[in-house]
Amino acid sequence: MNLYVSPSPHIHGGDSVSKNMYGVLIALVPAFLVSLYFFGVGALVVTLVSVVSCMLFEFLIQKFLMKKEPTLWDGSALLTGLLLAFNLPSNLPVWIIVIGALAAIGIGKMSFGGLGNNIFNPALVGRVFLLISFPAQMTTWPVPEVMSMNYTDVETGATILTMLKSGSGDLPTYTQMLIGERGGSLGEIGAIALLLGLIFMWVRRIISWHIPVSILATVFLFTGILHAVNPAEYANPVVHLLSGGLLLGAIFMATDYVTSPMSKKGMLIYGVGIGLLTTVIRLFGSYPEGMSFAILIMNAFTPLINSYVKPKHFGGK
Amino acid sequence: MNNKVKILTNGILRENPIFVLLLGMCPTLGTTSSAINGLGMGLATTFVLICTNTVISALKNLIPDQVRIPAYIVVIATFVTVLQMCMEAYVPSLYASLGIFIPLIVVNCVILGRAEAFAAKKSVFSSTLDGIGMGLGFTLALTLLGAIRELLGTGKLFSFTLVPEEYGALIFVLAPGAFIALGYLIALVNKIRKV
Amino acid sequence: MAKLKSTLPNMLLSLTIICVCAAGILATVNQQTSGPIALSKAAALENAIKEVTPDFDNSPLAEAYKAVTSDGDSLLIYPATKGGQSVGVAVESFTMNGFSGEIRVIVGFDADGKLLNYSVLQHAETPGLGSKMQEWFRTDKNKQSVIGRSLADGNLSVTKDGGNVDAITASTITSRAFLQTINRAYSAYRGTDAATGATSATTDATTEATEATETTEEGGENE
Repeated sequence: MNLYVSPSPHIHGGDSVSKNMYGVLIALVPAFLVSLYFFGVGALVVTLVSVVSCMLFEFLIQKFLMKKEPTLWDGSALLTGLLLAFNLPSNLPVWIIVIGALAAIGIGKMSFGGLGNNIFNPALVGRVFLLISFPAQMTTWPVPEVMSMNYTDVETGATILTMLKSGSGDLPTYTQMLIGERGGSLGEIGAIALLLGLIFMWVRRIISWHIPVSILATVFLFTGILHAVNPAEYANPVVHLLSGGLLLGAIFMATDYVTSPMSKKGMLIYGVGIGLLTTVIRLFGSYPEGMSFAILIMNAFTPLINSYVKPKHFGGK
Repeated sequence: MNNKVKILTNGILRENPIFVLLLGMCPTLGTTSSAINGLGMGLATTFVLICTNTVISALKNLIPDQVRIPAYIVVIATFVTVLQMCMEAYVPSLYASLGIFIPLIVVNCVILGRAEAFAAKKSVFSSTLDGIGMGLGFTLALTLLGAIRELLGTGKLFSFTLVPEEYGALIFVLAPGAFIALGYLIALVNKIRKV
Repeated sequence: MAKLKSTLPNMLLSLTIICVCAAGILATVNQQTSGPIALSKAAALENAIKEVTPDFDNSPLAEAYKAVTSDGDSLLIYPATKGGQSVGVAVESFTMNGFSGEIRVIVGFDADGKLLNYSVLQHAETPGLGSKMQEWFRTDKNKQSVIGRSLADGNLSVTKDGGNVDAITASTITSRAFLQTINRAYSAYRGTDAATGATSATTDATTEATEATETTEEGGENE
């Protein structure tokens, strides 16, 4: 009698692309509610436009350029659209958002062959594309106005990091930073809401602790040392942790499966790299915020990290 | 005769120096921020390419093999310097906008590459034709890339406004946009060549 | 003709001949073009001077003199006179503090220190951002325009630094550098006046203010 043994794994874990994608979407809900509260209609419009145009471009490119069966409902385009929106100011005109969605899906994802083949995080490609293309619109941030009904004609002001760079303006209090009452892109403001998302993803085992913790710890240490040496010149490390896109990036952008390393050790190298680059750009670069550049740069290193720091075989030592 | 026509047209699409041979990327990415800059750089390079191809082909038997590269470089550098001085004297505005990239024609791979691969082996007339063909292909590619970047970046074409400037995506005027636009152009040319 | 063999005499001879020919060609072309190059440079400068000063009938290029700014650099000043009467000056000023290095600007003042016009001669600022300075600071909108401002009342600085000129959107560094060139131009112009005894009171104020703007060179170009 012949016994046939098929290669492992033998039991399906129940994981799938869409299950993980929708898990991340649920984790983003608290941050979205915070931005709806503080930016009102603008946050809703920007998010809707971004999500719809990302999904539309994904569908059109897959159907007509790649001539493949569109995989519209695996949630990845939806997630890219949502993350792109979270990285934009809530008063951005519709046409710019559509260009950003085209850059994210067209250049960032489909040019490389679609989900799984992209080197760079598509939402960040979209954001950086817009940041370089439309610097004036992308750097005027609306100030929070509870349940605002205005879209593009809102009052604008500086973010915490621009205040630090220019050395003028009154920083918000820690409570304001934690709940999200500060200027910034629509998804980055609410620290507590973002941390809730992180805990949810840990509990559901969508991501491990390695990347977010190593990024946050590196930034905290680096800025902490500089602050201890010269408190007048360098801001408090807690301010750095809570400001800009650091939490949003560390929790939701850097942890993208496709563009981050596979092994635990690789993830730590990647996270420390992002933390160092972010701090260097923030403190010594000409841009006030360096999170998106840092993640994109480390995305480029991911294949190299993967080839040097290989994950263990299942059951291997 | 058919052969000569083929040499002339070779550089335009089938062996286009930019899209197919991928030579001379530095001026390609650096100078094509507008269509007119691309055209100017292309024509300047074409001039140098024709002169050096002809002269090197004529001198090929007088240059011993072991010192051919220094000899070629001296010939190329001479023509580039002549061109630079003439441009500065007679077309100062174009000279100002192309700036550092004119002297850098010396190290443009297209020129030394054609000298080494073609002019050093073929007759003077063929070499001149090859210089013209390659130069035209280079000019065409640079003008096309410059036009695309200018249009997407500033909404203009040859400084003629088609779309209001605030709708231009600045990235295309800057270096990253040059890489993105060039990448898509190469993909397109590959597609066309396969058909 | 057979190809020359790579022997030492052959190689030396061949390279020497090629180099001598090249040197000859370059010398001839240089002789031919050095005149036109100097002319076109002078014409460009003269056009820039005409643009920034009132009508003049002298030759500012021939009468140019050097003047020292409050921070020790020397700038070229081109006086413009009409019928022997001074109508203003053009000052060629520069700064190395631009977002991408050097910015050269020519600035015209009238006799009272009022800014008549300016023209950017050379810069490497980001296209679409800092490069807007040629237009931005002459557009009559909010507090953008510097034309017609009198520097005798004090130096120009951007509103972000507590000044009175609106910076180019998302290009604060370029704007600061640009205003610095103007302040330096004025300081050179006034400095020479002080030497001849015309005004001396404003010079000290300018010195302090120039130093103040120079210490504030950090800050974000954009987010």
